[in-house]
Amino acid sequence: MNVQQSITVRGKERYKSGVMEYKRMGYWEPNYEPKDTDVIALFRVTPQDGVDPTEACAAVAGESSTATWTVVWTDRLTAAEKYRAKCYRVDPVPNSPGSYFAYIAYDLDLFEPGSISNLTASIIGNVFGFKPLKALRLEDMRLPTAYVKTFQGPATGIVVERERLDKFGRPLLGATVKPKLGLSGRNYGRVVYEALKGGLDFTKDDENINSQPFMHWRERFLYCMEAVNRAQAATGEIKGTYLNVTAATMEDMYERAEFAHELGSNIVMIDLVIGYTAIQSMAKWARRNNMILHLHRAGHSTYTRQRNHGVSFRVIAKWMRLAGVDHIHAGTVVGKLEGDPNTTRGYYDICREDFNPMKLEHGVFFDQNWASLNKLMPVASGGIHAGQMHQLLDLLGEDVVLQFGGGTIGHPRGIQAGATANRVALEAMILARNEGRDYVHEGPEILAKAAQTCTPLREALDVWKDVTFNYESTDAPDFVPTPSMAV
Amino acid sequence: MRVTQGCFSFLPDLTDEQIAAQAQYCLDKGWAVNIEFTDDPHPRNTYWDMWGLPMFDLRDAAGIMKELADCRRVYGDRYIRISGFDSSHGWESVRISFIVNRPREEPGFRLDRQEAAGRNVRYATYSYAAVRPEGERYADQ
Repeated sequence: MNVQQSITVRGKERYKSGVMEYKRMGYWEPNYEPKDTDVIALFRVTPQDGVDPTEACAAVAGESSTATWTVVWTDRLTAAEKYRAKCYRVDPVPNSPGSYFAYIAYDLDLFEPGSISNLTASIIGNVFGFKPLKALRLEDMRLPTAYVKTFQGPATGIVVERERLDKFGRPLLGATVKPKLGLSGRNYGRVVYEALKGGLDFTKDDENINSQPFMHWRERFLYCMEAVNRAQAATGEIKGTYLNVTAATMEDMYERAEFAHELGSNIVMIDLVIGYTAIQSMAKWARRNNMILHLHRAGHSTYTRQRNHGVSFRVIAKWMRLAGVDHIHAGTVVGKLEGDPNTTRGYYDICREDFNPMKLEHGVFFDQNWASLNKLMPVASGGIHAGQMHQLLDLLGEDVVLQFGGGTIGHPRGIQAGATANRVALEAMILARNEGRDYVHEGPEILAKAAQTCTPLREALDVWKDVTFNYESTDAPDFVPTPSMAV
Repeated sequence: MRVTQGCFSFLPDLTDEQIAAQAQYCLDKGWAVNIEFTDDPHPRNTYWDMWGLPMFDLRDAAGIMKELADCRRVYGDRYIRISGFDSSHGWESVRISFIVNRPREEPGFRLDRQEAAGRNVRYATYSYAAVRPEGERYADQ
């Protein structure tokens, strides 16, 4: 939109009882220049038919900060102008008639230091159900350094995680134990042992493995730690298994986490569905107890996937880096779950870089300085296999956990063979990349050559050679002409 | 057994040509290359002995290969690893590490279990090689 003037009503008139448009109440300030200390949110606003876009965007600013539906005189007891969120820019969304990007600045004093719950209660609170809007999506946030510094950040971080595990220079390898449900503790531990001994660094509980009739949590933890220690002795390498401590109450979670700690586990896991406060509690617990904290983003697609309504995953990734988890599932691009390459790249940058420059083609709308907050290890999981190793390394880089669940356990010659196939494929690809080879194009050749001295890899390549998941993404950046597709 | 620490343990042992290529990769990244050796490859043995200081100012992998050859002449019966160290802000740590020399026989590790209450088990991993004093561990090879 062009140069515009503020239409805010000032003085006595502003506080006359009755209803006033949000854009006239001070929530639309087109000349406002955001301060370095402001929190900025970018919303995709789709007003109901007939609602003025500027008014709709001002309403989002109002309802996510100080406003209610009518004028209240008690505003006059406060420094109301400071506390009002200010929508300062409204742009039409490219190729999406009827939707607008609203840039809204919030004063830092609106937020309790170090609390994701407090931040989200404002930013994604009431406002998402506001009737004059058809749909609303939180696309991105700029978190000022002063605010970032009030958070602990990842309990361990990529660098220290690698140091503790003594694993450098290559992605880490993991697998989720399958079947997700039904295995007894004893059988479950068998899968863990085989996968770790075969060459994986980690195994993982699935999101819905907690404590069920077929396997109570203590059984799982005891057998898993037997498997981890056995595999460590068999290989001379540090191994780990993400013990899911997700439970009904904080007390239960602490009890499970303490038990994992007592058994010598180096990592525990939680699900996103436990909520922001519980996540932050567990992050603090993990820091105190030298534990790596894995987060499974269970439930996120209910609000991240659709482009017009909800919260973008890039925002969730930012919140989780602040909240302090060490691992987060961030997409595979080539696997079975939603993930446009450019958008996914944006998520990975948010997890791993100390500074994210604005990059619209990756869906990153703001410069973001992380102020030396620890780096968060992205995890790629869901429908990936050894034959894609060159693509995975190219798209996701080196600081990532590649999790091949089916791609390990479904190997025709067993779990160890599956694990070995993945590890050999990975090491061969890293070797070739470091030698300066064009590994993206020569990938299949590099894998075929490695398979000459590794039967399990040859078998894996034969079984899964044609498996791809090429579907158009529902969540692609707005600033590329056509949605990109994984190849 | 085969100790699988490091970046390339699942591949056939690297040739000198391959090692030089990896070393050059490190140097091109501006990382300092370090040579370390040990006769106790216990997974928690972080501090292998250093073969001199990390080579901070080197630009050509040939210098590293010469140091590696010297190290092998003295400690050819032990594990030797090469690592690349990145001193840039936000990392200040190892960026790659891989084994370039192994003893002919790798005896591996024993896992001891001490049963405790509630089916809890205390685990301890012992290097078979470390039964002998340091320096005498692969003497009969």
